[in-house]
Amino acid sequence: MPEKRSLLASFEYLDSTVDAIRALRKAGLGEITAYMPYPEHHIEEALGWGQSPVRVWTLVGGLTGAATGFAFTIFTSMDWPLVTGGKPILSMPAYVVIAFEMTILFGALSTVIGLFINSRLPYVKPMVVYDPEFSSGRFGLHVSTSDERIAEARQILERSEPADIKEDPEEAARAS
Amino acid sequence: MAGAAPVKERGALTHPDLEGFDDVNRDILKVLSRPGKGWWALFALALAGLGLFFGSWSVQIVRGIGVSGLTSPVGWGTYITTFVFWVGIAHSGTLISAILFLFRAPWRQAVYRAAEAMTVFAVMTAGLFPLIHVGRVWYAYWLIPYPNSRFLWPNFRSPLVWDVFAVTTYFTVSAVFFYLGTIPDLAAARDGARGLRKKLYQVVAMGWRGTDRQWHHFGKAYIYLAALATPLVLSVHSVVSWDFAMGIVPGWHATIFAPYFVAGAIFSGVAMVITLTVPMRKLYGLEAYLTTKHYDALAKLCLLTSLIVLYAYLTEFFMAWYSGEAPERQMFWNRLFGSYWWATWIMLVCNGMVPITLWFKRVRQSIPALFVISIFINIGMWFERFVIIVTSLHHEYEPFAWGVYRPSIVEMGIVIGSFAWFGFWFLLFTRLLPPVAIAELKEVIPAPLRRRTTEENAHA
Repeated sequence: MPEKRSLLASFEYLDSTVDAIRALRKAGLGEITAYMPYPEHHIEEALGWGQSPVRVWTLVGGLTGAATGFAFTIFTSMDWPLVTGGKPILSMPAYVVIAFEMTILFGALSTVIGLFINSRLPYVKPMVVYDPEFSSGRFGLHVSTSDERIAEARQILERSEPADIKEDPEEAARAS
Repeated sequence: MAGAAPVKERGALTHPDLEGFDDVNRDILKVLSRPGKGWWALFALALAGLGLFFGSWSVQIVRGIGVSGLTSPVGWGTYITTFVFWVGIAHSGTLISAILFLFRAPWRQAVYRAAEAMTVFAVMTAGLFPLIHVGRVWYAYWLIPYPNSRFLWPNFRSPLVWDVFAVTTYFTVSAVFFYLGTIPDLAAARDGARGLRKKLYQVVAMGWRGTDRQWHHFGKAYIYLAALATPLVLSVHSVVSWDFAMGIVPGWHATIFAPYFVAGAIFSGVAMVITLTVPMRKLYGLEAYLTTKHYDALAKLCLLTSLIVLYAYLTEFFMAWYSGEAPERQMFWNRLFGSYWWATWIMLVCNGMVPITLWFKRVRQSIPALFVISIFINIGMWFERFVIIVTSLHHEYEPFAWGVYRPSIVEMGIVIGSFAWFGFWFLLFTRLLPPVAIAELKEVIPAPLRRRTTEENAHA
């Protein structure tokens, strides 16, 4: 099995980063991680991100919340049927308020769980494939590929004039 | 059209003085370094106020709720007034962070972090008041819906139970929303810090690296959370208003209450955003980030909501007259000319008259003027809740049950101290978390493009 090699390039300009991503993907070097200081849709689009499964978490969480809210209020009213204020035992309009709040609560919390699972957070491994500049002003690209194609990847990256290229950042960190 | 404008012109309007992304990190993270004298002075003031707050509360806990002025017929006084006031303050934070996010308002980025922090701390302050108000705070867990010793569950038809659900949900969701939004900025703080601070930010940033995968899901989650927070914020103050509107007390029992309270909440909250950010901007030198454009937009929001609130006041008076009901009519007459005439007139002048000056562009663009107006609005909105609660209760149906309520010294200590409790948290926030959203601000300043740079060089 050929050894895995990787490159970490950092860019000053947004358009060069997008160009580099397009060129890499065209050459079939698809194992790319991009780093950006803010959510840049041009990069997300260039990498071909589609719909996020987080929306399913939101929907399922919200529906669970609504069901819980109604089940809770209905169950507790039936548990000891006591007429108060001449209102029906099951006063649905009043329970809508509780169910609504539970929908929001469960929906929001499950969205957060969905986000953590999908974006692999919290990330506890040592941050070797990273540069502090990526939270400031630079865009980063990490490409991994086989030993044979690493030179080609480097050539493509260099065409976009990166500010800096590091070779095998994982290896370098392990060695030091 | 902000959306259709080319990438490089996106932020040209809101932040003309910012050159590049590095500036943002440098200027905002600088705020987190050593605090100046001004901050320490304010913090000392907040600590003194905290002493007053917990001291007064301790007196009430030891000697009982009798130390407050609450007695028949006025069972709800300054505590509930202040509860509603702080819940209301919270609302504009969510408005700015969630609703304006969904509407893609380009000026929200610079203000929203401070506004959102304000939301969380305001709900934390508001949440204490039901506990203070019920007197025996060690029974506060009775608020949690669970069956009592005779297996009776709470009555879910009661607006007070709705309120428990609404306020706890609101606190949880806004705290989560706030924390999530700060994660990328905590990572920026981590990358800029050293030593113990770095370790601290490392933990709270949860290993955020700003990868495409992280940003992609983050962006989507943020939209869904905003979409959930938007109806939530409208529901919370509606539920608070139903605490009153579901009762048959004259002056409370009105269908206009929910929208009227929501508009009032946003009105007071936007004013509080101005009150908080004007000194913050000055103290930390954030003039390039919070520009007159931002204050102009906030002032317009104030003006709009002030008109809605004034309209609601007038509608209430009109409906009282139009109903032909003697109790309703005497109630509103009593508001204007009865024992608490001064409170009603403070409310009308501060919330209805003073904001009229915001029609003038010169006033909207003068930051000192806005600061003064915002304080008037804060005072006016506190008195609005006082008028609604106290004047309605002290003058109900039966003349022999009328009475006058006077807040005691202990109550005043707690109410004034609550501002210190809020200020304490807000001051800590400005030192520990980036008070302006670093990552989101970069969305509205032009992205660095090689093509543009080469073009500029060619022209030069």
